[in-house]
Amino acid sequence: MGHACYRIFLKTVPYIMNKPEVIGKEGLNRLIQILTGMGYQVIGPTVRDEAIVYDSVHSIEDLPAGWTDEQEGGTYRLKKRSDEALFGYTLGPHSWKQFLHPPERRLWQAQKDSLGFDIVPEKLNNIKYAFLGVRSCELHAIAIQDKVFIQSPHTDLHYQSLRQNALFVAVNCGQAGNTCFCVSMQTGPKVEMGYDLVLTEILDDECHTFLISAGSDAGKTILKAVEAKPAGENEVKRAEEIIANTANQMGRTMATENIKELLYENVEHPAWEKIAGRCLSCANCTMVCPTCFCSTVEDVTDITGDHAERWQKWDSCFTMDFSSIHGGAVRNSTQSRYRQWMTHKLASWQDQFDTSGCVGCGRCITWCPVGIDLTREVAVIRESQPDQAGKLSGSGGQNENS
Amino acid sequence: MANSSKPKVAVWKFASCDGCQLSLLDCEDELLAITQEIKIANFPEASRAVIKGPYDLSLVEGSITTPHDMTRIQEIRRLSKVLITIGACATSGGIQALRNFKDINEFISIVYASPEFISTLDKSTPISTHVKVDFELRGCPINKMQLVEVISAFLSNRKPNTPEHSTCVECKRKGTVCVMVGKGTMCLGPVTHAGCDALCPTYNRGCYGCFGPKENPNTDSLAKWLISNGKTSDEMVRAFRSFNAGSDAFCKESQVNEEKD
Repeated sequence: MGHACYRIFLKTVPYIMNKPEVIGKEGLNRLIQILTGMGYQVIGPTVRDEAIVYDSVHSIEDLPAGWTDEQEGGTYRLKKRSDEALFGYTLGPHSWKQFLHPPERRLWQAQKDSLGFDIVPEKLNNIKYAFLGVRSCELHAIAIQDKVFIQSPHTDLHYQSLRQNALFVAVNCGQAGNTCFCVSMQTGPKVEMGYDLVLTEILDDECHTFLISAGSDAGKTILKAVEAKPAGENEVKRAEEIIANTANQMGRTMATENIKELLYENVEHPAWEKIAGRCLSCANCTMVCPTCFCSTVEDVTDITGDHAERWQKWDSCFTMDFSSIHGGAVRNSTQSRYRQWMTHKLASWQDQFDTSGCVGCGRCITWCPVGIDLTREVAVIRESQPDQAGKLSGSGGQNENS
Repeated sequence: MANSSKPKVAVWKFASCDGCQLSLLDCEDELLAITQEIKIANFPEASRAVIKGPYDLSLVEGSITTPHDMTRIQEIRRLSKVLITIGACATSGGIQALRNFKDINEFISIVYASPEFISTLDKSTPISTHVKVDFELRGCPINKMQLVEVISAFLSNRKPNTPEHSTCVECKRKGTVCVMVGKGTMCLGPVTHAGCDALCPTYNRGCYGCFGPKENPNTDSLAKWLISNGKTSDEMVRAFRSFNAGSDAFCKESQVNEEKD
């Protein structure tokens, strides 16, 4: 199975399970101030344009207090909660990849001189990000991008620099969204790897606290400065209940058993053509996906022709240009593009990176303008298999209990 | 570059509002650099001085709507080494292609006091219907930075970077929250050619499709989704029948919805 990599990752990165402690809202605010004081640019959830997006956060006042989201295939709406939860939403349209793997980046410049031209390389960005509110599925997505950009023969030095400087303050999900399926992908909802600090928000009666524990030496040092109180047994138990409750709320499920073989054996399945009837090949799913990493390079010259620049920009396997080689595009039809994306994400990704490319965040479902649901599409193919009929019926697609 | 070796560039106007060719004059910061590299040989909006052809590059704005223009474009093509159309009119017939869906004689009889003086065609057509076009720059109006890019690419003998993918890609790269998914706003972004840097969604409006259809546009799926979410067929007709009403994909989609209505 593709999730073997996570086990390897866990082995190589020892997470010292520290005794959980407790902070209040003021403690969380102190944490933000401490991180800012340490030279981190704190990025966390905030409300903008009727959505929860990741942006600069200066105090807890910037966090989306009392907001949650309702999601379905092709729709996302912010809703008011009955409490003042700061992390009471599921996931917004953005992922952390926009910071670690920016949508547009200049790679180098060239200036013409009398002898030829001078290459001016781009300096590494040494900004220190502290990401606040990172969910378990998102940490898994970052671990996958690490494999692509760092643990590969062609290390992306810019990504590596940003990644190594970054600090992760994770949050255990207090609720699951309608398009969530991290349980199926074994990527959540409990934060178990890749974090420096982890929070669980506890809202009971008059009490609004956060269970906090460190997952790294850096996290330990910061936690000391936050001056948290030791957690009581009740708080630890409550936090476990919250996470278990979230795990039971998944809006979607995906049967991952033999998924690689299933997709490889069905490259000519009629489902692809049907999906192509709905798919807009607009590329939204790939742009919102926290693991999709494809980019294109564009060379530009100025009007004089003396100055040239090479830019890297997010690209998508849903565009015609993406597969254009000498003689034209290899994947002209939407059918071939959707098949490429889903088969890569769920099957050939396993061959390439020893992991699934999907973390079950559900963004591709929510942010597809016409609500195409990959869990449903996998289920359609699975249910059509002669030996699978009946055996796995009910798996995949929307959870009937939600 | 010596004056004599500068490429001669001509700007031509057909049925249009002049907005696209004025984009050239809008290139304030780059305008001086542009005029250093090219020789403006014919550009009535900028200068009365006209240099005779042939021309290295012709920028053509506007659609073909009269018999006279049908002959004029042939002559321009003959005089131009490279012919690039600029804007929705030249590329898909423009807003005036709305005439294509009605009887032109009725318009003439209603609008003009002396219809007998009017000599016009029953359809507004893009330049490519009449002559070979080397490159089409989309937009109503065109994006001036894309125009600078196209001229720079022409001067460097390279392909211009004007991707044919959806406007959604621009929204996502900018971090704009999808107005369609996030608010239920009608948006043509998923079927519209990029180039405007997702101007309208950035200001909380749906995309109006000013840059025309993207490559591989699935207008059928988008229209069906919008209708299943409360829009009407009539709204679809209006959405697809604007600046790029004459483009194949938008024209077809508007007709399908008109029949349903």
